[in-house]
Amino acid sequence: MPLNVEIVTAEQVIYSEEGVDQVVAPGSDGEFTVLPQHAEFITTLQPGELRITKGGAEDAMVITGGFLEVRDDRIVVLADAAERVEEIDIARAEEARRRAEEALLEQRELADLAATQASLQRALIRLRIAEKRGRRGRARPPRV
Amino acid sequence: MPSTREIRRRIRSIENTAKITKAMELVAASKMRRSQDRALAGRPYAERLSWVLADLAETMPQMDPDTLHPLLQRREVKHACIIHITPNRGLAGGLPANLNRRASALALDLGVPASMVAIGKKGRDYFRRTDVNMRATFTELGDYPEYIDILPIARVVIDDYLAHEYDQVFIVYPYFVNTMNQEPRVHQLLPVEPPEDKATQAIDYIYEPDRESVLAELLPRYVEMQIYEAILESIASEQSARMVAMRNATDAAEEVLEELTLARNKARQEQITKELLDIVGGAESMQV
Repeated sequence: MPLNVEIVTAEQVIYSEEGVDQVVAPGSDGEFTVLPQHAEFITTLQPGELRITKGGAEDAMVITGGFLEVRDDRIVVLADAAERVEEIDIARAEEARRRAEEALLEQRELADLAATQASLQRALIRLRIAEKRGRRGRARPPRV
Repeated sequence: MPSTREIRRRIRSIENTAKITKAMELVAASKMRRSQDRALAGRPYAERLSWVLADLAETMPQMDPDTLHPLLQRREVKHACIIHITPNRGLAGGLPANLNRRASALALDLGVPASMVAIGKKGRDYFRRTDVNMRATFTELGDYPEYIDILPIARVVIDDYLAHEYDQVFIVYPYFVNTMNQEPRVHQLLPVEPPEDKATQAIDYIYEPDRESVLAELLPRYVEMQIYEAILESIASEQSARMVAMRNATDAAEEVLEELTLARNKARQEQITKELLDIVGGAESMQV
């Protein structure tokens, strides 16, 4: 029995597909793979790449943390933010990284430090994944 | 009887007012639809998050109250906080006034000193004149805030709560009943009251890294999500209240216009009759 996958953020449902073969996700204890018949499972996620394989094709998403729940071959990802790798705007990610780095240099308020570090980390992950994809060849257009 | 010219001037002015209220009604209607869509789009996340939390909460009573996560711990209430969500702008019928009244009543009922985090200018301005301690104000959220925009609000409240600035946090917001009706609601935000699990079938999840870490990650997000939802709800309510208020204003203006048009026509007719009489009278006097 194939998997049913849903990726939701507080703002919208990003991804919802049935018949998925496997999901690879960045758990807080390291990357893990979910196949059908997986045990009931809840984990926290760390920022990274989430890969969904369906019928030989692979979809990749960047998530910036959240939770993943597996139950009865249903996977629900509660992501803080998620976007498809193909949709990452490299120029924008680069800009975000630059801004975050600048902010870090100037930052004196401790309260904002954590937020800035987090946004820098997010920007770096986006860039790393986008570049990795870029080397592998032309990114597929997002399936609608 | 005012002169025709005066009546005509009033007609023009009321026509202009009606145009403005009509335009505001249309703008509010479109914004309302958009904010309702946004509120609906967030539902799945909120629902799933509640489920997971409900699931975690089921085994909570067995936990030692001292090791319970601080956001869940109930402590003696010496100081409370009210998150007061109101519109930034008026012309929204009775909505802001109702909200302010509800928040005032809550502050009085608490029986302990209350701090306030005001979101929206209407609430901020109202409570500025009272002795409520204004902890923070947020008035730059705009009509379509994103999840990221509300994180600072959750941050302030959670940090203060953990620092024992206050021991209980309520959120006051307008619940969207339907387009015609929005009612102020009060909801306890902290300590977190875990939702009831409707599914009731307890599932033996594997938690990674472990139960406590998942809970510690989940609780702040649950608080954030509730604030986010309340704000979206508030915006949808504000826009629909404004739409209804502006529709009433347009209707009232049209009614006045009808009366004035009638008065103007009567006055004009009178004038014509008078002029005719003058002419006839003048012609008769020439014939003699």
